[in-house]
Amino acid sequence: MKILVLIKQVPESQATRMDEKTGTLIREASSSVINPLDLHALECALLLKESLSESVEVTCLSMGPMAAERVLREALSMGADRGVLLSGREFAGSDTWCTGYALSLAAKKLGKFDLILCGERATDGETGQTGPAIATFLGLPAITFVSSIQRSGRCWQASRMMEDGYETVEVEGPALMCVLKEASVPRLPTLQGKREARGKTIEVLGASDIGASSDDVGLKASPTRVVKIFRPVHIKQCEKLSALDAEGAERAVDRLIELLVEMKLI
Amino acid sequence: MSKGVWILAEQRNGVVLDVSFELLTRGLLLASKLGVPLTAVLFGSGIADKELNRLVERGADRVVFADAPELASFLPEPYTACLCSLIEREDPDIVLAAATTSGRTVMPCAAARLRAGLTADCTSLDIEEDTGLLLQTRPAAGGNIMATIKTPERRPQMATVRPHSERPAPVVPGRTGELIRWRPEPSLLSSRVRRISYKAFDEARTIQDADIVVAVGRGFKRGENVALASKLADVLGGAVGASREAVDRGWAPYSWQVGLSGKTVSPKLYIAVGVSGAVQHLAGMQTSETIVAINNDSEAPIFLYSELGLCGDLFELLPMLTEKLQARKG
Repeated sequence: MKILVLIKQVPESQATRMDEKTGTLIREASSSVINPLDLHALECALLLKESLSESVEVTCLSMGPMAAERVLREALSMGADRGVLLSGREFAGSDTWCTGYALSLAAKKLGKFDLILCGERATDGETGQTGPAIATFLGLPAITFVSSIQRSGRCWQASRMMEDGYETVEVEGPALMCVLKEASVPRLPTLQGKREARGKTIEVLGASDIGASSDDVGLKASPTRVVKIFRPVHIKQCEKLSALDAEGAERAVDRLIELLVEMKLI
Repeated sequence: MSKGVWILAEQRNGVVLDVSFELLTRGLLLASKLGVPLTAVLFGSGIADKELNRLVERGADRVVFADAPELASFLPEPYTACLCSLIEREDPDIVLAAATTSGRTVMPCAAARLRAGLTADCTSLDIEEDTGLLLQTRPAAGGNIMATIKTPERRPQMATVRPHSERPAPVVPGRTGELIRWRPEPSLLSSRVRRISYKAFDEARTIQDADIVVAVGRGFKRGENVALASKLADVLGGAVGASREAVDRGWAPYSWQVGLSGKTVSPKLYIAVGVSGAVQHLAGMQTSETIVAINNDSEAPIFLYSELGLCGDLFELLPMLTEKLQARKG
């Protein structure tokens, strides 16, 4: 069995700096990590590898700059078998449509997979759109917001977290799933894992390897355009009340009740 | 020539959900600026005209109801196939859906197939004056930046919209519109995914639907203290949310988690209790209409994002608040 895990390199800190003139993000390459939710997807794959009776090969695929090799190596040190990086100037500026398309071409190039896993969204772009897009390009069903995965005979069974509860769905044959944090607890890389990962080669694919042209990937091919980036103004004028003594506490609580009345919430 | 603005309405057990009416508010603004009709598309099974007409009463000029037993509840493949089929046939200019678990699944699948531009989880939508293009603004990077995005050439322009980021469109009594019942051909309804079972959350109210969310954070010190927040939420008819710290410590289930790796909520009132206000948490709640913070650390960052702040001991303030509210109820 073959499982593909999609991984994105994201800035470690949310404190992104911005070039206010050009409206572009300034990202320091050194502070990049695996997108946290992708770690849960990888862990799900590793747990299946350990628990299924048949042999499972876990491949990790990322699209990004050459520096993203590092996050793939980290995935190897956690237990992934193979790391593949899709990289090249042609991909720069791809929106979710183009990213999904490029990754689907790379996945096709890597062969047939029984299961493709990714995180529900990345902490930088926060769109959650690339996973379902890849599924569509590959002709696979997209099972999103997955909180657990099980193999049952020839089927995958997954629990989906919806707004008001969980639904269990089943699919025979390959599928792409976008997992939530709840799906697993990621392991830490072991020393031995790190040592073994150092000896492995990260395969690098470029646009020509997957047959992608500038009509399909990159900024110009992307349906969407970012026209403006700005800092939200969300610092508010807070009416701060000291409630440290009994009298202050009572006054503060009464003010909150007044607010509830003003807002017609009670 | 523009073919109009569409919203993708949602239903559960045959009842149209409120997020649909929020989308109508968005759609009405865009359609009136463009001078085009507003269409609501709904997928379901055997829903009566009376229920469909609720979408007309709140602003839809036209309702297209895709009616089939296979569409009774959300399934990615038939929903995507039916949406794509309708879009290809009628060529709308703009398609909006709610950024819900179903909206955030069907829209990227449809956009991929149609090669359409899609923007996720928008909190603001407008029409650019000189071009008539849809301007889609959304938070990214944990709410640290806002981005405005447009789709210059490809059609339709598609966006998912953050639930509760807009009021539901009001009912206009006597408003009339066209109801179109469409029975999709069988080829559009096949699904490899089967729905086996469904289990509702134990909580009476889910945090994404609640008007009031009482959030618990590290300040609660112990899991059993969370009951103080539950009691308050009960009296207010609200729901309980939690910071990641509270969930990681096992005080609250993951379905309560608000923030970057949890849920995004936009209630009318968000009461953050013992929550310091880490950027990851703020990412999930800062579009709430009003935020109140209760914290004993007067320097906690959460106060910067709050309209009202109570600096004091939550173990004293919460019971007092709950008691006073109970007394008012009588």
